[in-house]
Amino acid sequence: MSELLELLRKKGRETPENLAKMLGVSEADVVRELEQLEADGIIRAYQAVVNEERLDHSLVTTVIEVKVTPESEGGFDRIAQRISQFPEVESLFLMSGTFDLLVFIRGRTMHEAARFVSEKLSTMAGVTSTATHFMMKTYKLNGIEMQSGEDDERLQISP
Amino acid sequence: MSGSKSLHDRIARTVREIPRSGIRDFFDIVSTRKDVISLGIGEPDFVTPWHIRDAAARALDRGQTSYTSNMGLLSLRRSISRYVKQKSGVHYSPEDEVLITVGVSEGLDLAVRALVEPGDEVLYHEPSYVSYNPIVQFAYGVPVAVPTRKENGFRLTREELEAAVTPKSKLLLLNYPNNPTGAALSQQEVEDVAAFAIAHDLIVLTDEIYDELTYERDHFSIISVPGMRERTIYLHGFSKAWAMTGWRMGFTCAPPELTEAMMKIHQYTMLCAPILSQEAAREALEHCAEDVAHMKQEYMQRRNFMRASFKQMGIDCVEPAGAFYAFVDVSRFGLSAHQFALDLLEAENVAVVPGTAFGSCGEGFIRCSYATSMDRITLAMERMARFVKTL
Repeated sequence: MSELLELLRKKGRETPENLAKMLGVSEADVVRELEQLEADGIIRAYQAVVNEERLDHSLVTTVIEVKVTPESEGGFDRIAQRISQFPEVESLFLMSGTFDLLVFIRGRTMHEAARFVSEKLSTMAGVTSTATHFMMKTYKLNGIEMQSGEDDERLQISP
Repeated sequence: MSGSKSLHDRIARTVREIPRSGIRDFFDIVSTRKDVISLGIGEPDFVTPWHIRDAAARALDRGQTSYTSNMGLLSLRRSISRYVKQKSGVHYSPEDEVLITVGVSEGLDLAVRALVEPGDEVLYHEPSYVSYNPIVQFAYGVPVAVPTRKENGFRLTREELEAAVTPKSKLLLLNYPNNPTGAALSQQEVEDVAAFAIAHDLIVLTDEIYDELTYERDHFSIISVPGMRERTIYLHGFSKAWAMTGWRMGFTCAPPELTEAMMKIHQYTMLCAPILSQEAAREALEHCAEDVAHMKQEYMQRRNFMRASFKQMGIDCVEPAGAFYAFVDVSRFGLSAHQFALDLLEAENVAVVPGTAFGSCGEGFIRCSYATSMDRITLAMERMARFVKTL
């Protein structure tokens, strides 16, 4: 993976100028590589990592394990695509192990999430069973520690 | 009681006459202020990698709370021997040539005390780490500063050494990659210094604590030069590359006679290094190459960023080839290094260390550490750019 991409995973909002300074290359080089990464569909979006618990009205994240019957043509892909159409679905993965799909949804309340599972997900053709988990606390998200502050306890000047 | 001396007068003269470190003076000023962005910190901003901390925690769980052998845990000395061999090609016997110390600071003190007799001269290059000069004085030796120059990128030359050496010279103290200048020597330059040491029959103490952190070329140690292993005490430790400053772990590698001499002082003054730190250090050497590589990559990005920012400001900084310092030439603003640092602090709340804290030839320079987060460095560079426009 390119060093630029690694940097962007941590600092998606950094300007091309600063990225170029960090990497020791020209700004034009950075812009060119960024455009290529975007054109190739490698970079899909730039998003903020939000500490939901600090918000007054935080959203509830629900994780659902889903077992499905794979279709003879298309395997898991077709049903996965159907599930990902729902706007509530934030992430969706095909998993190895005792279930097939792992679905992350976000909603305003647990009730809303429960309704999504019982009314929309479980009733889909091909879905054989679900197990629903509510996320209670986020310690780390996308490599960012969510609970700790940025305390620097070092001496301000040292040899 | 009449005629009794003041406490001050009772303090040993050598100690009394050594001034406080310039770093501490500046620290006192900085610590009166709030929300300072500090580029004055000479230690990593990373926390010690998790498996190192875990190794120490497990050792504590097992109840490893005893002394160790005076030399240190044999298992750790074996790891060190392998590590040094792999880096430099030079083998040191874990049994009688490797000594575990409480930081490089203790190792340096042991080396100097083991070798220096009153009046012996010890050559060291300036700008330098703040301890070298006082440690020599505490041993009643005579520290002889060899000024290095910006024109040479603060890399020590044979000519500079020849100008300083006398029949009383006994030791040469080397520190590359260098704190505070960030300079590093090429193999050829190391070989020149080695030839000088052999020609004048000097013993070399080489403090290579920053050797993992080089950004232009791989480090080349003076112990790798034929004929140098016999006359060198190699000093190293875990503080910098493994982000373990608080563990106070260092080691020395030297021929048996020298190791035994240092051991004698270590045994009577320190007994041994703390066992938990030794366990942690073993883990650091055996399993943490990836963590070190990761931190190094981040230092390199910050270094690139800082260098490019100074260039944009029209400020010269010596090629920051190693360690995590940029030594920056601010002489063209017409202020002393100390005044520049004070004014910068006053105007923009950014702390840097005046070059004079590292010897008089640091006048006109400031040391900027990039062992701090990129966000803070970015902010500090913006503020500094604004500040120099006012000068």
